[in-house]
Amino acid sequence: MLAFVIRRIMQSAAVMLAVALIAFLMFRFVGDPVNQMVGVDTPQDEVARLRESLGLNDPTIVQFGRFIWNALHFNFGVSYQFRQPVTQLLAERAPATLELAFTAAAFALFVGLIMGVYCALRRDSWLAQIFQAISLIGVSLPTFLIGILLIYLFAVVLGWLPSNGRGQVVKFGDWWTTGFLTTSGLRALILPAITLGLFQMTLIMRLVRAEMLEVMRTDYIKFAKARGLRTRSIHFGHALKNTLIPVITIAGLQLGSIIAFAIITETVFNWPGMGLLFLKAVQNVDIPIMAAYLMLIGFLFVLINLLVDLTYGLVDPRLRIAMRS
Amino acid sequence: MTEPVISVRDLRVEFVTRKGILRAIDGVSFDIMPGEVLGVVGESGAGKSVTGSAIIGLIEPPGRIAGGEIRLHGQRIDNLDPESLRRIRGRKIAMIFQDPLTSLNPLYRVGEQLVETILTHTDLGPAAARARAIELLNEVGIPAPERRIDGYPHEFSGGMRQRVVIALALCAEPDFIVADEPTTALDVSVQAQIIALIRKLCRERGTAVMLVTHDMGVIAETADRVAVMYAGRVAEIGPVRDVVKHPLHPYAKGLMGAIPTLEAEADRLVQIPGSMPRLSNIPQGCAFNPRCDRVFDRCRVERPDPDIPRFGLEGEAPLMPGHRVACHLYTRNPVENAS
Ligand SMILES: Nc1ncnc2c1ncn2[C@@H]1O[C@H](COP(=O)(O)OP(=O)(O)O)[C@@H](O)[C@H]1O
Ligand code: SF4
Ligand SMILES: [Mg+2]
Repeated sequence: MLAFVIRRIMQSAAVMLAVALIAFLMFRFVGDPVNQMVGVDTPQDEVARLRESLGLNDPTIVQFGRFIWNALHFNFGVSYQFRQPVTQLLAERAPATLELAFTAAAFALFVGLIMGVYCALRRDSWLAQIFQAISLIGVSLPTFLIGILLIYLFAVVLGWLPSNGRGQVVKFGDWWTTGFLTTSGLRALILPAITLGLFQMTLIMRLVRAEMLEVMRTDYIKFAKARGLRTRSIHFGHALKNTLIPVITIAGLQLGSIIAFAIITETVFNWPGMGLLFLKAVQNVDIPIMAAYLMLIGFLFVLINLLVDLTYGLVDPRLRIAMRS
Repeated sequence: MTEPVISVRDLRVEFVTRKGILRAIDGVSFDIMPGEVLGVVGESGAGKSVTGSAIIGLIEPPGRIAGGEIRLHGQRIDNLDPESLRRIRGRKIAMIFQDPLTSLNPLYRVGEQLVETILTHTDLGPAAARARAIELLNEVGIPAPERRIDGYPHEFSGGMRQRVVIALALCAEPDFIVADEPTTALDVSVQAQIIALIRKLCRERGTAVMLVTHDMGVIAETADRVAVMYAGRVAEIGPVRDVVKHPLHPYAKGLMGAIPTLEAEADRLVQIPGSMPRLSNIPQGCAFNPRCDRVFDRCRVERPDPDIPRFGLEGEAPLMPGHRVACHLYTRNPVENAS
C-alpha cells in the first residue's frame, strides 16, 4: 500500500512539473513581461535594469528553476494589472470559487445519484422517462445558456433569487469568506450552483443508471435474489455499492472540471471567484495570474486524481490486494 | 406414497422478443420426491436453466410463465406475489449457479453474505447467525472457517468459492435445491469433490435436488432419475439405470451412446448430426424430427406426448414405472405407425 501511495505521488509530481513547464513557457514567451510593466516613455536603460533585476537575462533553465522554487513557496510574482502579489489575489477569491464548486458538486452527486438509481430501478416509469429527457437537455445545452435561462426565469420573471454576486459573506478565520452562513449568501449560491452542476448531474445520472442496470444483470445479484434477500437490501446494498465504485472515480474527477469550468458560470453570474479573475487576466495579458491559475487548476486535478485513486482502494477490497503488491 | 417436494405440470415459459414470442419451455412435467436427485441433461439451450429459474421464481421480463403449474409440497407457487415468492426463495428452494467466481458479491465479506442470508430466513440473532455461518463453512469443507469467514470472495479459489455458494444455498435448510451446472466452471480436479459434497449434504438433510449437468458420469453416479430435455420439452424421463443404460428416445440414445464405459475422460455429450432448432423455428410435430434417423410421417404432424403410457419396442427393455418417453415409436401401435 505504501509503495503504491509513493508511486502515485511521484507520478503526480511529474505531472505537476509538466504543468509548471507550460506555465513557465507562457510566462517566458507570451508577451514581454517588461513591456507590460513599463510605460512607453520609460528610458531604455531603465528597461534594461528592470529586465536584469527580474532575472530575464539568465539562462532559461535557471529561470525555470527559479520559477519552480518560487511556485513551491506560493510566489507567482506580482499582477501586472493590480500591482499586488498574485497569490494574495487568488487567495482572496478562492473561497468564492471553492464554495461554488463544492455546492455544485454536492448537488450534482446527490441529485444525479438519486435520479440515476430511480431510472435504473423504475426503468419504464414515466418519471424515469422525464429524467432521461432532462439529462439530454443538461448534456446538450451549453453552461452559459443554462445560466442565462435560469437567470431569466428565476431572477427576472419570477424574481425569487438573485442573479449577481455572492450576497452577504461572513469572514471566517484569517482569509476565508463564506456565503454559507447568511440567507442572502445561500440564496445567491442556488442559481450558479445549479448552472455549474447541471452538466455533471446529468453525467452522473446517466452513469449511475447505466452502471446499476449492468450490476442488476450480474450473477451475484441473481444469486442474491435466489437466496431470497430483501429487495431493499439487494437494490440499495448489494447493487448500489457495486454501482458506486466507478461513480466515485468519475464524480471525483469531475470535481476538477467543475472548478475549472467555474470560469463560465462566474462570468454569467458575476461571481467574485478565481475564474472571473482569470478571465480579466486573459483580457489584459496579465501573465502572472494566468500562470498561477494554470498551476492551481493543474494542482487540483492532480490532487483529486490522487485522492480518488486512494479512496477507490479503500472501497474495493480487490484493489487493496493489487496495491499491496 | 409420499408427496413430491416439487411438482411441475405442463410448464410453459415464453420470452417476448422483437421477433415475436419465443416458447423456451413447452409442456414440461415432472415430480421430484423428498431426498431425490433428478438429473437434467440436454444440449445447451434446451431449457434446463429456464426450468430451474421458473421453479425458483426468477423468470424476469421479457420472460414469463405462460402456462402450467409449479407446486411446492402441493401448494402452487407459480402464481404467488413477488414478496411471498421471495420468502420461499432461499428458505424452501435454493439455487446454485454455474460460475462461483461471479456468484458472490465481490464487495461483501463471505461472512456478511452468509449472515445476511441467515438473518433473512431464520429467527437467529446476529451472534448466533455468525456462529451458524462458521458451522456451515465448516460443513462445506472450508478449512479454518473462523478465520476465512472474514475473507472476501476474491481471496478464495474457484472450488472454495463454490463451497461458499453451497453454504449460502444451505443457510435456511431448504427442501429443494436447483444446482445448475455447479461444476462446469471449475477445474476438473475439484469437480468430483463438489458433486460429492452436494450429494452428501443433500442426503444428510433429505434435500431434493435438480442437478443440471453435462457430465453423464455424474448423472450415473449421483442422480436417482434423469430427464433428457430437447428444445424446451422433456424427451425422456425415468430412473437413472433405465434411461442411461436403456435409453428409448432416439435423441436420448444418441446422448447416452457417448458415455464411455469406463467413466474416465471425455464424458461430454456426443455430437448428434445437426443442431437443436432455434426457438423461433421449432418444427411441427416432434421437435427432434429433422435430426432423427427413425423419423416417419406421424412425427412431422403430431407432437408426441410424454404423459401417455407406452410399450417398449421389441428387443428393448420393457418400460419401468415412471419411465416416460415422448416419441411416436413407443405409442400403443408402433407397427401401425412405422412405415
Ligand atoms: N432472457 C431471455 N430472453 C430470450 N430468450 C431466452 C432468455 N433466457 C433464455 N432464453 C432462451 O431460452 C432457451 C433455453 O435457455 P436455457 O434454459 O438457458 O438453456 P440451457 O438448457 O442451456 O440451460 C434458449 O433458447 C435461450 O435462448
Ligand atoms: S417421434 Fe419420431 S422424430 Fe421424434 S424422436 Fe420419435 S421417431 Fe424420432
Ligand atoms: Mg444453462
